[in-house]
This record gives sequence, structure tokens and C-alpha cells, in this order.
Amino acid sequence: MYDITDYHEATSLAEVFKLAAADPKARIVAGGTDTLVKSWAEVPAFTGIALIGITRIPELQGIVCQEDGTLIIGALNTFVTIEHDPLIQKYTPLLSQAVSLVGGPQTRHMGTIGGNICNAGPAADSAPALFTYNTTCEIQGPDGVKNVPIADFYRGPGQTILKPGEVLTRFKIKAGDYQDFHGHYTKFARRNALDIANLSCAALVKVQGEQIRDLRLCFGAAGPTPLRMPVAESYAKGKPLTDATLAQIGQLCLQDTHDITDWRDTKAFRDHLVTVLPGRDITAALRGA
Amino acid sequence: MKHEINFTLNGEAVTCAVDIRKSLLEMLRDDFELTGTKEGCGVGECGACSVIIDGRTVDSCIYLAVWADGKAITTIEGIAQSDGQLAPIQAAFIEAGAVQCGFCIPGMVLASDQLLKDHAQLSRAEIRRGLSGNMCRCTGYQKIIDAVQLADAKRQADPKTVVLPHFKIEQ
Amino acid sequence: MAQKHIIGQAESRWDAIAKVKGQANYTGDFPIKNLLHGKILHATIAHGYVTSYDISEAEKVPGVLKILLPEDLPQIKYSTAGHPWNLEPKKRDIEDRTMLTRHVRVYGDDIGAVIAKTPLAAKQALSKIKVTYDTYPVYLTPKQAMALDAKRIHEERDNVIASTAVGFGDVNQGLDEADFVLHRQLHTPVQLHAHLENQVATAFQSEDQRYTCISSTQIPHICRRIVAQANGLPWSLVRVKKPFIGGGFGNKQDVTIEPLAVAMSKAMGGKPVQINLTREESLAYTRTRHAIDYDVKLGVKKDGTITALDMQVLSNQGGYASHGHAIGGKGGTFINALYKMNSLNYGAKTVYTNIATAGAMRGYGMPQVIFALECVIDDAADKIGMDPIEFRLKNHQPDGFYNELSHTKQQDFRIGDCLKQGPEAFKWQAKVQQAKAFNQLQGPTRRGVGIAAFSFGTATYPFGLETSGARLILLPDGSFKLMVGATEIGQGADTALSQMAADTLGVPFESIIRDAITDTDTDPFDTGAYASRQTYIAGYAIRDAAEKMRKMIIQRAAATFDIRGEFMDIVDGNIVSVSDGDLITTVKDMAQASYFDWQTAKTMVAESSVNIHNNSYASGCTLAEVEVDLQTGKIKLLSLMNVHDSGKIINPLLAAGQVEGGMAMSAGYGLNEGLVYDELGRPMNNNLLDYKLPTTMDLPDLDEIFVETKDPLGPYGNKALGENPTCSPAPAIRNAVKNAVGVGIDTIPLTPESVYDALQAAKAPKGVS
Ligand SMILES: Cc1cc2nc3c(=O)[nH]c(=O)nc-3n(C[C@H](O)[C@H](O)[C@H](O)COP(=O)(O)OP(=O)(O)OC[C@H]3O[C@@H](n4cnc5c(N)ncnc54)[C@H](O)[C@@H]3O)c2cc1C
Ligand code: FES
Ligand code: FES
Repeated sequence: MYDITDYHEATSLAEVFKLAAADPKARIVAGGTDTLVKSWAEVPAFTGIALIGITRIPELQGIVCQEDGTLIIGALNTFVTIEHDPLIQKYTPLLSQAVSLVGGPQTRHMGTIGGNICNAGPAADSAPALFTYNTTCEIQGPDGVKNVPIADFYRGPGQTILKPGEVLTRFKIKAGDYQDFHGHYTKFARRNALDIANLSCAALVKVQGEQIRDLRLCFGAAGPTPLRMPVAESYAKGKPLTDATLAQIGQLCLQDTHDITDWRDTKAFRDHLVTVLPGRDITAALRGA
Repeated sequence: MKHEINFTLNGEAVTCAVDIRKSLLEMLRDDFELTGTKEGCGVGECGACSVIIDGRTVDSCIYLAVWADGKAITTIEGIAQSDGQLAPIQAAFIEAGAVQCGFCIPGMVLASDQLLKDHAQLSRAEIRRGLSGNMCRCTGYQKIIDAVQLADAKRQADPKTVVLPHFKIEQ
Repeated sequence: MAQKHIIGQAESRWDAIAKVKGQANYTGDFPIKNLLHGKILHATIAHGYVTSYDISEAEKVPGVLKILLPEDLPQIKYSTAGHPWNLEPKKRDIEDRTMLTRHVRVYGDDIGAVIAKTPLAAKQALSKIKVTYDTYPVYLTPKQAMALDAKRIHEERDNVIASTAVGFGDVNQGLDEADFVLHRQLHTPVQLHAHLENQVATAFQSEDQRYTCISSTQIPHICRRIVAQANGLPWSLVRVKKPFIGGGFGNKQDVTIEPLAVAMSKAMGGKPVQINLTREESLAYTRTRHAIDYDVKLGVKKDGTITALDMQVLSNQGGYASHGHAIGGKGGTFINALYKMNSLNYGAKTVYTNIATAGAMRGYGMPQVIFALECVIDDAADKIGMDPIEFRLKNHQPDGFYNELSHTKQQDFRIGDCLKQGPEAFKWQAKVQQAKAFNQLQGPTRRGVGIAAFSFGTATYPFGLETSGARLILLPDGSFKLMVGATEIGQGADTALSQMAADTLGVPFESIIRDAITDTDTDPFDTGAYASRQTYIAGYAIRDAAEKMRKMIIQRAAATFDIRGEFMDIVDGNIVSVSDGDLITTVKDMAQASYFDWQTAKTMVAESSVNIHNNSYASGCTLAEVEVDLQTGKIKLLSLMNVHDSGKIINPLLAAGQVEGGMAMSAGYGLNEGLVYDELGRPMNNNLLDYKLPTTMDLPDLDEIFVETKDPLGPYGNKALGENPTCSPAPAIRNAVKNAVGVGIDTIPLTPESVYDALQAAKAPKGVS
């Protein structure tokens, strides 16, 4: 049994706001694959509280492409839905590839993309892709709607800017952020399934002939939050696609990553991987092009 | 605190006043005495507790019991044919020698059954991916994967037993 | 008329149907009225002493019934090791623990317990108990614990709990005579059993006022004894029942939670109490495979002669002795069993430390020593420029070798056949060529192939007692109830044993009825499932009982039909005339008569008990093919094949399943598995997400072949198979990696980081550190 005090099944956002106002300690739960695990492990903020279920709220579902090409992804889409969605596969295949690598099938059936981002784990598999697509997070709360760039959504490991009662409702990706880009994601983990990345890297690249026009890189598990690589990205613009350029991109990433040593890997090894993965991802992205 | 929920359990409509703190796994085992569903970790890592909810394989240990409201749930006790005859996938597990200690087997059988339903045909690589949320320490998975292939081959050979894919990706 | 052989048939396991239906009951599945739940309070330091407990808040948690501290329970010291009791006190396992302790020797040590109405209440209470400690220095490795100023982990005993040496010849002279001396330090990790069913035990006072313990144990009869000893009860006051068990692999050959479960029930006036360990507890706080450090010197001549092997072994025991030196000390005999050499010195020390207590795990020390041996053997072949298979073929022991270290004649020892047939089946030569061609492409990855061989004993003779009993009851319809103390733990023992009984009786396999439960009150004595002993040792008992039963049935037929018994045979449940195969009567008719004939009714039961004083040595090898990423150190296992010389294969389907499971376990050992500690002795990865046992996507298809013969001693020509498959895959993979990248790595698991570091170190100019 979980150490929770109550459970509410919300059927609309308004209901969530009302429930949250009445019980500010209550916590939102989507697929539960992080929340319930933390509750079971007696993480203080996840025990002795009430849960508000949001999976039956219609506003949070769906994946659509607006007329201006903006892709709108409801926060409650599960990884399986995102992996197979035709719009995602067509416009943002990097995201489809990234979420196909989450946990196992069971995790992908229950885990939601909103939960993945709100849980704010540094190794979350959907995050690097969403960062490279310059995704905007739509947040709704009792005071209205906010749109926040995903890079500003995080405050630290496990911490976001969400206030009690606020719900991450949708992700928005503008056409200019996916058109003509090619992407690839590497999840560097010890197992090929049911594993958390020791380090991960998403690359989104646009080329003209043999020249890099635009490059976006994001690492997971290379710091307290997913990290974009401004130094390497600006270096890459206009550079020829050569081994030397790719190697230099890798080296420059070290200026923006903050690797640490833990029981999984040393900082030295992670730093080495930081120099290797971007080049590989770019090559793989363009191979698929 | 209890909530009253209604759902379909192995094809039968049921009602249950369930403690909101319980996982689906606990409800199935304690309230319905369906102990075929096993607990190997309690936190979504091993797949021993897998059940089928509305056509998807889910770890029942990290699924709140109250979420079952309105859903159709199949457990290992519910997949044999109505006359008690083994389901083709169960028979294939036996024939292929896929069963050892058996603790992972209910989850494996259910995940395999759903995998077959979701795909008209399966490669070994697809089977490996489809069962990658179910751990087994006894078999090295070899004969489990053989069993799914066997069941797949049998249904291809005998069109009467073909289970049509009913897995639809939500739009 | 040809006898239908049931030995060697791929019979389906008798319990498979129940298991695919979810009908098989494991310990946690029995409905028990008013069940209470016990949870253990684990220490949050690795070495020290509990100076005080504050349970006042915990007691207030609704549903909490009792909190037990060490003082509340018997202080009788006992050993948890699942060995037969020894009448000689000196030869007993070290008795160094009590059920609960204030003296903390490992992180997670059992320092208290809570009994509550629900698991949640017990868990909440645990988190509210405040404990203060005196802390002592923490020793993670044998070297640390052996330091001159190291504190004793158990006051009454040195941290080095045992030190032995075996061997022959003059190793120093042998090393002098060698053309090359290889000197290596090798390390194996703390591997975890990770059986899918955690430890679980339910204890209650039964109607007869004794204690019943339903438990997921590999050793019901030994469990009964240890539960009784720890609780200070006469042995007969305890009854152990073992239902289906969700894997054990040696972890459940230690009696870890059962004594406490019974103590809890006693504390509650006999009410039923269940201890159901969580995954995290099971992984970190039960038993592990010993991490062992090897310091090896091997002398070799250019012609491939091994002049000397000196192996110095430091076995990391963890906080309690458990199986202790029986594991680290094992090895010398099996090195001698496998290879010819002029001299051998195998010196082993087993040392207490403050990591989790190591115990039995599938292979019982052999995966460690075979890893060390087969790395160095392979490197020696490289050193003299000899093919690794040829080197092994040159040096392996011949069939019929008398092993003076174990006083065993290795009859029908077929390692040579394994080393010949294995590479052929694996297409070794073709794979060597393919790898060469692949590597010439100079891409980011390299391929290679590797081999490793092993030898393995069957059961524990001459080191341990080997007894087993069997009972056959003829039922009224001509089927037989087979009762054994040997334990089905998922390996298929019950099915193999039933095949043996059917084969000897001359009845169909389906005529043998087994029981899902082993019960110490009713089943004959057997020490349990370990040491790959059951089909061997219990096989003799079954053969004896079945022969007795067969004789009784024939005697009845002889009396009934006035035909001499020697003229009759039992074939497929029929009693037939030996000369022409004509039907005389059936086992069923004889069974009916034995129950209901007015004059002669007398039911038939055949009992046997054996004490076995022989051992049959098995052997085999593994062949592996890998691909290594030079930039990231990541290894992809491309193919893996095991080759086994295990005598007659009783059931090829079950045997293949055993082998594949063992291969997967050893592949995990070589590549990924290991419990990791921080400097305070806290386990870092005791959950299934962080402890990397292989998933379906981490293994290639697994292949196996059997070099099948008939062992002259084994009851049905069979010898060990259960543990053997875990011996050689890890070193074969290591040797394949070496073949691929030119660097031999002597520490497993071969994580990407360790492989990458080794590649970097090999590139670095010599002399620069
Ligand atoms: C076995 C296992 C394997 C896993 N493997 C991976 C992996 O490989 N890669 C990976 O990235 N993750 C992995 N995870 C973690 C987890 O599955 C994901 O993070 C998942 O996306 C969480 O989604 P959820 O819907 O289950 O979130 P929940 O657990 O329901 O919620 C997570 C957090 O987000 C909050 N929240 C959720 N939705 C919203 C919302 N719309 N608005 C505001 N707050 C919200 C909750 O309050 C909670 O704090 C794994 C988990 C398990 C158990
Ligand atoms: S028990 Fe649910 S996944 Fe392990
Ligand atoms: S059969 Fe034992 S865990 Fe799979």
C-alpha cells in the first residue's frame, strides 16, 4: 500500500485547481511511474499526501499540427503514443526515437511526456529532444495560462517552476524549429532496455550541401538539468561537415557540460563521452537524411 | 479510505470498494484472490506483475487500484479459453520449454499474448523488444522467445486461430 | 519387447501447466487468516554498535503490534549456511550470528523488527524508530580488514576466518624452469542472485502447538534445523513447508529470514506472521557471490607445457561467515581436474569485511576461480603464440585421470571432446576469419572470439555429507506417488526425478505423481537443492526405491499368475513375458489387488535412503563472439555457445533451459553485474533498475551442445549440470574482448568505462603513469 492520504480523480483542469486550492500539499499524478515509485521509496514530498489524478482530463490529450505548422503535444500522451504518432514521426522524429528508448514497454504504456518533464530528472529521455526543438511548455494554473521555454522550466534536479496546483498542459514546437532539421539521440546506458541513461545526447542538425547551417545539441545527465551546448552550437554554424569539425564540436561541449563522478561512471569517462556522442549523433542524423 | 469502482475483470463486470492506497496488484491479490499476478519488485522494474489493461501491458504494482475504474483488465487467470483449455500462447510456453521457476511466467505470458495481438507477425528482435519489460533470471529468455515465435508460427499456419491485431494507436 | 526409455526424453515439466495458468502457489500466495506482517529494521551504518533505540513514535503508529529489539529474542549463535549438520563440532559452519544484533557488521544488518497488522504500518513504524550508533571503521576489502590495526569484526575471531593451501610439486622451481612467467591480478565482483521471487516466509503455531514455517527455501530439512537452533527449540517442534519457489540460485540455501519469522510468531502467541522482503532488501541484505581477488603466477614453456601455477586467493566474506571458506577455499582441486601442470599452489584466505555477507551462489566459487584461471591460461597461449584451443587441447587432463587432491578418478571426463566439438559447432574458424575481415575495415568497432573451459564436481563428496531419501507409494489405479526431500526450485528436479522413477519402474512418465510442496514432516530426508547434486544423489535414492517397488509388483504378479518373477518385465505399465512380450497383467490390476483383494490386499510402499561416497567430474567450455566499440568501450555480445560434458542428459529440454539460464547469468557477470558500495559501505544499486541483470535486449540467441555420454557412476549415467553453465561464459567473453582489441582485462564486469580505460592504458607510452 502506498502511504497516501486520499485520491481524487479530476475530470477537468478547473477541478484540479479547486482540489489543489483546498489541499495545497496534494500532488498531481499522471502515469504514476515516477510518483508511485517515489512514494513507495518514502521520499518525503511523496508520502502522507493526497494525489490528484489527471489522466482523464480531455484538454491534456491529443497531438495536433496547427495551420501555422506548430505541433501541439498534450502533456498526457504516453511514450507509446508519441513513439507511434504519425505527426510526431513526420515532423519531430527525434522525439519519437528518444521516447522509444524509455524503460520497457510497460513504462512506455503508462509514463507520460508531461510527467517525464515535470519529474525533472537530469536523465529524462524526452528532455534532450524537446530542448533541441526549442519547445515551449504551456502551463495552466488558477491564474491563467503561461508559456515558458523548456530551458526555463527547470530549476534544478527534480525541481521545476511549477507552483502547487499548476498543470503542464501542452508542449508546442514551432515549424521553424523542426523543418529541415535531422535528428538523432543516443542514450548511453549499460543495458538496452530498462535502464536510465548514464549520459544522453540529442542532436538536431540542418545542413546545406556539406555545410552545417544550424546545430542544436542537448545533453542529459551531464549536469543538474538537461543542458544545451551554446558554445559548440555557435561554433558549428557554417562549418564544413568534416571529422575535424565534429571532433571540435565534441571538445567544445565540455565548456557547457557539468559532469560529475558517481557510482555509475567517473567524470573523466563522462567527459570523454561528451566529446564522442555529438559527432556520432550528427553523423547518424544525416545518414537518415 | 475506500472508493467504489466498477471495471471488467477477466471478462466479468465487477464492483469493488477499494482502499485508495492500494496498487492494482494488491487489489487483485488481496480483494480478488487472483494470486497468479506476482510481485518481484513493487516499483515497475521487473514486469512480474504485468496485467493487460484495455489492450496494453501494464505493471500492476505501480498502477493505483482506483485507476481500474471503467477499464477492462485481464490477468493470467483470464487468458485460458472459456472451457479451461490453454490459450495458444500458454501451450506454446509449455511446448518450447519456456517455464522454469515460473515466477516471471504469468507476466511473460500476458506480455507475449498482447504482443502477438498487437502484431500480425513478429521477428525475434521485435519479440525481444516487446518483452524487454519482463525480467527472467532462470531462462536466459531463449526459450521464452522461442515460445512466442512458436505461437506466432502456429497462428500463421492455422488461419482459424489468427488473432487479428486490435492495437490502435490513439490519435 | 523394447523398453520405452523415459530417460533422455524431452518431457514437459509436470508443473508447467500450473505455472502458465497462474495457478502455482508460491509462499506468498497462500491465503492465511489474520496474517500479521513482520518487517526488519536495518542498520544504516556498516560497522558499529547500537547504543540506543527510541521506539516511542513508532509504537504509536496505528496497527503496530510489537517492536522487537535484540534483547527480546534468544541470543543463541547460529550459522545460516545450508550445509548438513556435522556431528563434529570443529567441522561445523561458524556460528557467528543472532537473529537481531546491536553489533552492526554490515550495512542493513538486522537490528530490530516490527510486527504490524499491515505491511504499510510496519514500514511506517520502521521509519519512526530512532537509532543512535557508535561507529567503527568500515572495511570494504579483505586487504583493509587484514591490516594490522584493523578492528575485529567478530571479537571472538580474527578477521581472516580461514587460510588454506593445496597443491603439489615445487612452484618456485616450476616458475624458474618456465620460458615465460605471467603475473596477473584479477578481480571478480559481488554478484547477486536476483531470483525473481524475493525471500518470503510465513510462520505460525499449528494445531499441534508446533511451529510451521512456509518458506521459499532450497533446503527445507536444513531450514527446520536452523530455525529450531536459532530459537532454542527442539528440532521436531518446527515443520517447514516449501511450496513452489521463484528461483534461488543459492541465496535460498541460506536460512536468512525463517528463524525471525518463527520468533515473531512466538512473540505474537503463535499468530501467523509473514516476512516478505522487498527487492531492495533481498538484493542488498541477504547473500551474494563472494568477490574474490586473485594473484596468479603461471609458468609456461614455449612448447606449451605449464610448469607452475601459483594462485593466491583473497575471498571477501562480508560481515558473517555463512558458507565461509568452503567457497574461497574451493578451486585447487578443479584446476587440477582441468589442466596438467608440473606444480600447483593454491592458497586461499577468507576474510570478514563490512560488505554484505557472501554465501552460496550458483557455481559455488567456480565462476570466480574459472574466470581467473581461464584469463591467465588464454594469456599464456598468446604469450607463446599458440592457438588458445590448441593450448587447452594440449594441456587438459585425460579421461580417467586420478585427481589426487580430491581422491577422485575422473571417469568419462570429456573435456577433450568439448574442446573439439564446441569450436566446430560454433564455426570458430569462420568467425575468426570474419572478425579479421571486419577489423580490417578500421571502423569504430572491433570483433573477436574467445573460449574458456571449466571442470565441475557433482555434489559435495568427499567434502560434504551426501544423503538422500525417496518413497514410492503405489496408488489404487496403478500410478505412483513419488515423495522426495530433494527440492524443486525451478530447475526441473521434480520432472527429472519423476522420469527416473518411471524409467526404472517401467511405467509411463504420467504415472508418477509429484507434490508441489516439500514438507519436512512427511517427505524423506534430503539436504536440498545445491551443489548440482539432486539428480545425482536423489537419483540413487529413486533408483533404489523404484527397483524395490518394481520387485514388489513383480512378486505379486508372480504369486498371482504362478510365473517365476524373472520371466516377467514391466513395460509401459504392463507386466509382460520377457520371452515373447505377451501381456500377463497390468500394474493397474496389481495395484487394485494390493488395495482390495479379499485375501491378499497389502498396499505397497518402497522406501530408500542412500549415503553416496563418490563424485563424477563434469566439464565443458564456452565460445563467445563480441564486438567492442573502441571509442566508448561498449561491448556487444554477438554469439555465445556452451558445450557440456554432463554425462547422460535426463531431459534435453530442461537441460537446455538450465544451460541458457546459466549462460545469461554468467554473461551478466562478465559484462554488467555487480553490487557497488560507497566508502561508508552503503550499497548503491540494490534495485533492478541499477543492478544490471540482462534483459531480453542484452543477450544474443544462446546456443548449447551436449557431448553426451553415460557416466559410469551416475545413477542414470548423469552428472552435474545445474551450476556448470555459469562457470565459463564470463572468461570466454573476456577472452573474446582481448581477441578483438588486443587488451586482456582482468577485472569484471567489463563495463564500458573499464574497457575504455584499459584501451587508453594500453595506448599510453610504457613507463608513464
Ligand atoms: C522501471 C522504470 C523505468 C524507467 N525508465 C525511464 C527511462 O528510461 N527514461 C526516462 O526518461 N524515464 C524513465 N522512467 C521514469 C518515468 O517513467 C518517466 O519519467 C515518466 O515520463 C513519468 O511520467 P508519469 O506520467 O508516469 O509521471 P508521474 O509519476 O505521474 O509524475 C511525475 C511528476 O510529474 C508531476 N506531473 C506529472 N504530470 C504533470 C502535469 N501534466 N503537470 C504538472 N505536474 C505533472 C507529478 O506530480 C510528479 O511530480 C522509468 C520509470 C520506471 C518505473
Ligand atoms: S512487481 Fe511490478 S514491475 Fe516488478
Ligand atoms: S522462469 Fe524463473 S524467473 Fe523466469
